Amino acid sequence: MKKELPEHFKAYKHVWVFIEVERGQVHPVSFELLGEGRKLADQLGVDLAGVVLGPAGEGTNAAIRETFAYGADLAYLVEDPLLADYRNEPFTKALTDLVNTYQPEILLLGATTLGRDLAGSVATTLLTGLTADCTELAVDSDKSLAATRPTFGGSLLCTIYTLNYRPQMATIRPRVMAMPERLEKPVGKVVSHPLGMVEDDIVTKILSFLPDRETSQANLAYADVVVAGGMGLQAAENFQLVRQLAGALGAEYGCSRPVMQKGWMPADRQIGQTGKTIRPKLYIAAGISGAIQHRVGVEGADLIVAINTDKNAPIFDFAHVGIVTDAIRFLPALTKAFEKRLSPHNRDKLAG
Amino acid sequence: MHIVVCIKQVPDSAQIRVHPVTNTIMRQGVPTIINPYDLFALEEALRLRDKHGGTVTVLTMGPPTAEDSLRKALTLGADRAVLLTDRFFAGSDTLATSFALASAIGKITETFGAPDVVFAGKQTIDGDTAQVGPGIAKRLKLIQLTYVSKIGHVDLEGRRIEVERRSEGGTQLLSTQLPCLVTMLEGTNEMRRGTVADALRAARAEVTIWSAKDAGIEDVTKCGLRGSPTVVKRVFAPTARSEKAEIVDFGASADEAAEALIETLFQKA
Ligand SMILES: Cc1cc2nc3c(=O)[nH]c(=O)nc-3n(C[C@H](O)[C@H](O)[C@H](O)COP(=O)(O)OP(=O)(O)OC[C@H]3O[C@@H](n4cnc5c(N)ncnc54)[C@H](O)[C@@H]3O)c2cc1C
Ligand SMILES: Cc1cc2nc3c(=O)[nH]c(=O)nc-3n(C[C@H](O)[C@H](O)[C@H](O)COP(=O)(O)OP(=O)(O)OC[C@H]3O[C@@H](n4cnc5c(N)ncnc54)[C@H](O)[C@@H]3O)c2cc1C
Repeated sequence: MKKELPEHFKAYKHVWVFIEVERGQVHPVSFELLGEGRKLADQLGVDLAGVVLGPAGEGTNAAIRETFAYGADLAYLVEDPLLADYRNEPFTKALTDLVNTYQPEILLLGATTLGRDLAGSVATTLLTGLTADCTELAVDSDKSLAATRPTFGGSLLCTIYTLNYRPQMATIRPRVMAMPERLEKPVGKVVSHPLGMVEDDIVTKILSFLPDRETSQANLAYADVVVAGGMGLQAAENFQLVRQLAGALGAEYGCSRPVMQKGWMPADRQIGQTGKTIRPKLYIAAGISGAIQHRVGVEGADLIVAINTDKNAPIFDFAHVGIVTDAIRFLPALTKAFEKRLSPHNRDKLAG
Repeated sequence: MHIVVCIKQVPDSAQIRVHPVTNTIMRQGVPTIINPYDLFALEEALRLRDKHGGTVTVLTMGPPTAEDSLRKALTLGADRAVLLTDRFFAGSDTLATSFALASAIGKITETFGAPDVVFAGKQTIDGDTAQVGPGIAKRLKLIQLTYVSKIGHVDLEGRRIEVERRSEGGTQLLSTQLPCLVTMLEGTNEMRRGTVADALRAARAEVTIWSAKDAGIEDVTKCGLRGSPTVVKRVFAPTARSEKAEIVDFGASADEAAEALIETLFQKA
């Protein structure tokens, strides 16, 4: 298909990032997208804007400040008490109205539960294209957004364009893009826009919110060191070895998908295409073969250590350091050696 | 109660192979299944029907062979099946898919009565976008409830429903009006086995087959490739990292090997 952008879309300019604020906290994926959005905006020679939707107050003010600190040139703000907790109806209206009024050419959202819920509604309302779970964004020679995403569980990649509609929308999973540097900057231009809704317009009511227990809310995606076990560990009780090594390292632990399917680890510990994407400084994979669906979730790690009995295991194709040995015997030795070695000072050096 | 469940027939991804030279998916001989996420939606729909009475209609858009999935759903307990199939639908992205499915649900409303709830899965295992549920909701102007982990009280008279919904960092308890669209989270229930009676009924059942025209779609430019704003330009294999892992052979005992490995890591860090 050729690019034949209709006349009325030619006015659409600038790159927008939806800043996801959840109970006063900005989701880190929004900063990752500001980093990526900055590159796109610079290549296109346009502005980068953050879009903040929320109630008046410190949480929203902080989100605006951070939007500039992470590189935005301006911010769009819809401030209304109805935006205190996420509901699809007011958020869809706020974001759709902003797009129709200020006309961005690119709109990026995090592929979180909130981001996916919102992006699907907004794209359908605007009748534009939405590319899901992208792993790479680029500007093409004709200035179109080339959005690349894994398909069929990561065995292939495809590049998708929204040639003839605007904005070009994409969602990106947390931790896929690198976290940009935060620079202290004054708050710049903030464009305020009204929500234009009252509570009675909103059909859905929030009766209560139950936060996750701390334990089940593993911060796997953002951990600096991750230890994971695969089917090579052979039995449920051997995952204790993974937890012990993680404990010694102050690390988070995870697993491959079949381990989760066996019920040896909970679902929120699964790493890979259908689990979490991680980006640690150090990733230790024990008894994991390195299937493509696992690989796409760990490729952003700085240093990957693989422990596997099979010297031909595919994990050695992308690990940095490999050791061909029985993980069930090796993990306890490694835990012991780390405990011996790790003064707090050394730990900082490895993870920091 | 009338409940519509959208199901998609997908290749059993565990058995998918990619052609090493052409980078195309080798579909020949790959068995198809009902998208596993959709079974949670189907089971939840069957439970609501069992509790409140009524019918469950399963709907799919796909090639004629997608009838297999509908028959499977009938053996699991669904009451009625609708297959939306037409060459105009080929190449649909999520916007075009949601248009076609929303049109079919409009036709189902006319023919069999309005649904109280439309169900979809959280996402599929092939396209994997999670966009079709919200798309259908928006087009039918239904309230959308995604990532639902539990259906609570349903008040058919008062036209209200309460659900638990997974959100970032917690669970929302929401109350909204019927009709609505629900996408079910995985692991929230266990698919029943069909009864022998269901299997016998399914074998005799007629699957309703609609073309675009049958479903009341007049403007076919909103379907298929033409109705899809996204364009897949390139499909390619990921490039392998050029160098392989440095395999360290520490030879000695596990303890010595562990210390040697740590030494290597500290040098690299
Ligand atoms: C649609 C789809 C999505 C998927 N998503 C994911 C995902 O998100 N994450 C994921 O991980 N997988 C995913 N998978 C599954 C993936 O394809 C692989 O099946 C899976 O990653 C393999 O897990 P494993 O490496 O633990 O097990 P195996 O492949 O069985 O590998 C076990 C490894 O352990 C080694 N080993 C055996 N004994 C020992 C020992 N004593 N010490 C050390 N090593 C030993 C073996 O040599 C082997 O390499 C997905 C698959 C599909 C089709
Ligand atoms: C590799 C690949 C990548 C793609 N990437 C994109 C993309 O980024 N953006 C885009 O717009 N399109 C994309 N598509 C097209 C998209 O997959 C199709 O439009 C598909 O028909 C529906 O999307 P999905 O499989 O992602 O469904 P999802 O949105 O993940 O499905 C959610 C639920 O909707 C229901 N549903 C979905 N399809 C049907 C159906 N045919 N019949 C009945 N119920 C259904 C099911 O209940 C399902 O659980 C891609 C397709 C492929 C093969």
